[in-house]
Amino acid sequence: MSTPALSTRGLDKSFGSLVVAKDIAFELPRGERYALIGPNGAGKTTLINLMTGMLKPDRGQIFLGPDEITSLPPAQRVRRGLVRTFQINTLFPHLNALEAVTLAVCERLGCAGQWWRKLPSYGEAIEEAYAILLSLQLGSNCYRQTHELAYGQQRLLEIALALATNPKVLLLDEPAAGVPQAESAELFSVIAGLSETITVLFIEHDMNVVFRFARRIIVMVGGRILLQGTPQEIAADKRVREVYLGARQHA
Amino acid sequence: MTSGAASEPQRYLEARIRWQPLEIAFWLASLLPFWLTPSYLVLASQIAITALFALSLDLILGYAGIVSLGHAAYFGFGSYTAGLLAKWGWGEPITGLAIAGVAAGLLGFLTSIIIARFRHLALIMITLGFGLLLAEAANSASWLTGGADGLQGVRMWQLLGLFPFDLYGRAAYAYSLCVLLLMFLLSRRLINSPFGLALRGIRERAIRMPAIGAHSPAHIRKIYTIAAVMAGIAGALLAQTTETVSLDTLGFQRSADVLVILILGGTGRLYGGIVGAIVYMVARDQFSGINPQYWYFWIGLLLIAVVMFLPNGILGGLARLIPRRWRSV
Amino acid sequence: MIASAVGVLFDGFAYGMLLFLLSVGLSVTLGMMNFVNLAHCSFAMLGGYVAVTLTNEFRWPFLATLPLAFLTAALVSVAFERVLYKRLYGASDLEQCLLTIGIVFVSVAAAAYVFGTVQQSVALPSYLRGTVAIAHRSFGVYRLFLIGVSLLITVALVAALEYTRFGAQVRAAVDNQRMARGLGIDVGRVFAITFALGSGLAGLGGALAVEIVGLDHAFAFTYLVYVLIVVAVGGLGSIGGSFAAATVLGISDMAGKYYFPELGAFLIYFVMITLLMWRPAGLFGRR
Repeated sequence: MSTPALSTRGLDKSFGSLVVAKDIAFELPRGERYALIGPNGAGKTTLINLMTGMLKPDRGQIFLGPDEITSLPPAQRVRRGLVRTFQINTLFPHLNALEAVTLAVCERLGCAGQWWRKLPSYGEAIEEAYAILLSLQLGSNCYRQTHELAYGQQRLLEIALALATNPKVLLLDEPAAGVPQAESAELFSVIAGLSETITVLFIEHDMNVVFRFARRIIVMVGGRILLQGTPQEIAADKRVREVYLGARQHA
Repeated sequence: MTSGAASEPQRYLEARIRWQPLEIAFWLASLLPFWLTPSYLVLASQIAITALFALSLDLILGYAGIVSLGHAAYFGFGSYTAGLLAKWGWGEPITGLAIAGVAAGLLGFLTSIIIARFRHLALIMITLGFGLLLAEAANSASWLTGGADGLQGVRMWQLLGLFPFDLYGRAAYAYSLCVLLLMFLLSRRLINSPFGLALRGIRERAIRMPAIGAHSPAHIRKIYTIAAVMAGIAGALLAQTTETVSLDTLGFQRSADVLVILILGGTGRLYGGIVGAIVYMVARDQFSGINPQYWYFWIGLLLIAVVMFLPNGILGGLARLIPRRWRSV
Repeated sequence: MIASAVGVLFDGFAYGMLLFLLSVGLSVTLGMMNFVNLAHCSFAMLGGYVAVTLTNEFRWPFLATLPLAFLTAALVSVAFERVLYKRLYGASDLEQCLLTIGIVFVSVAAAAYVFGTVQQSVALPSYLRGTVAIAHRSFGVYRLFLIGVSLLITVALVAALEYTRFGAQVRAAVDNQRMARGLGIDVGRVFAITFALGSGLAGLGGALAVEIVGLDHAFAFTYLVYVLIVVAVGGLGSIGGSFAAATVLGISDMAGKYYFPELGAFLIYFVMITLLMWRPAGLFGRR
């Protein structure tokens, strides 16, 4: 039994009387493709914020592989391989795509602090960045400033930045948010094509996509994990249907 | 490292940082005052010094996005260090300059440890607070600084043992210009390095940086220290070329002035501080008869106008006139 | 020893109340719109000059000048807000700083031009001058008046915030602008009114300040630093925070000047930096 790539135990977080996470416990086995679903306000993005260190939990532990990372700062978690993308594009508007991904590569290689050699001389980093952009169909647009890119391309750039850090575990927060149906299939085929060495957890609302690309699903409601299971189990479960179709839950 | 031909992306990045003919022309033109306006060399050296100070502010403000209302602290610290060294008997300019730079850098490093942890209003307030604190301390320590009367007895030796600092300002301008050029080349290399890219990342989207594994506070401490060294060198130049140091080298007025100058020229463009310094200092020299009150009235109006109509300063406005292809960072 | 301590506390508290009046408007508007209005003290200065002109030139009774100082500052601030500030609500910290610093420069120069650079004073009525004896110690009447007015205003502000509908809207807008808009609150209008009120209070503070700290053309700059310290330390958008910070700062400054005169203003800057390092969002701030 190998250690899971990412796991949490008893994760709690409240803002005053507002409980955003309660007793969150799950395990992400290596190489798996998990989906995290739930109605708006269920706490999915909050969970990602907790796992990446942007939010401090009130209680509980987080493990990356065998190591506990609960008190590690966000940048350190990224260096250990736990990376996320943002639901709303959080990019560098006036850097072009090549510069942005090169920056991420340089940070990983540890040369982002070097100021005495010019950037073009870092061939290795630039090549790697370019290769990532090519693999995401962004090669021809890589010299354009980020704010000039089409929305769908910006979503791909989000993923490119994450890939540049050489992730072990990738948390994708609604990667296709705002992308029209036709393009989102393309985006997800890119995600599906990611190496098996990367473990992926993605938040998604489109059930078709979820059932196609996820091997297991975690359902969250009101800050708690309702249940986990295979797509078939989840589809058949009465409670899930209630959550999505019933009048019981509020944001 | 890749050997052989550079790839296309590499060549693209290389082309963007190449020296433009306009830049070379500019630096050649900076020699003109020796022949064209020899009676204004003292002013020219003041402009070079101010330009260097503004350049140091651009590194933290224009590139890393740190709004500082107290940058004169490092200028003044360098100024007093160089002045005191000379007063106590070591009047050699170049070593004095280096020592002042290191001293200012040390102060910058110590304050950067605090500064790097904050943003927005708290950051602005802390930079303001440090500047005011140092100015008060300098005022109180009049046994050291000479207080309101300024530092007396600063006597500089000849530059390189050959050129005395005289009333004509030849040595002063040559010295200041060389130092400015050197610091400019350093800044240019820094901006075009991976570190420069990281700084721009912090300025563009600070919260994305930890998400790509970047440790922003470390970057900020580094650039802040470098900027402090540069500001200290500028202050030392002033002390050495004028052979005086006064309290206003540390004051809020000077911090505000350099901010105005940089905004006027345009931030994040390396030449903005230089352009702003030229325009501001020449204008101030032309209107030197005016009551300082009224000078600040017009500066105030100018600031309002710049923010409302020309937010990227003079260079930003000019850049909009240039076709997109030819624009660099 | 005790007598002087009580005196320092009293004077410090009065000074703190003055700082509170000058700062509370800025704290609330900064917390609401995140607009860095460094020209806030220019409005205070305006109120001061209104009081000075009315009592000296037109022989108005001092108390009558106070509402006018408030009104003038409020109206002028509305004009600035509509014409200039509104366009920069989404702009960066830096641009807002620069615009408002520009306004400060202009106002200081204008004040020097119109009134000269001399210290101004107001003609106080006899019942506000002198001292009164309470519990075997004498306290300045004017300072008692200042404290009284400030406390009254504080109570009024807090009551308005807690119990009126407008107050609820203000609290909502400070807490979460986007959400407030989503609930149908006209945030722009709320801000404009709050801004006018805050600037008006600053004007009132300016008028009241003349007797305590004097008034000259550089007032807008000199007191800007103190106001910023109060706002930063107290926490944006918090009346209680401003009150606490102003009190601490007023007393610290008075104590510093009394017990350690060689340090000058050193103590206040030091206290500010330390407090900000401990609580970067201010004592009562949130973000």
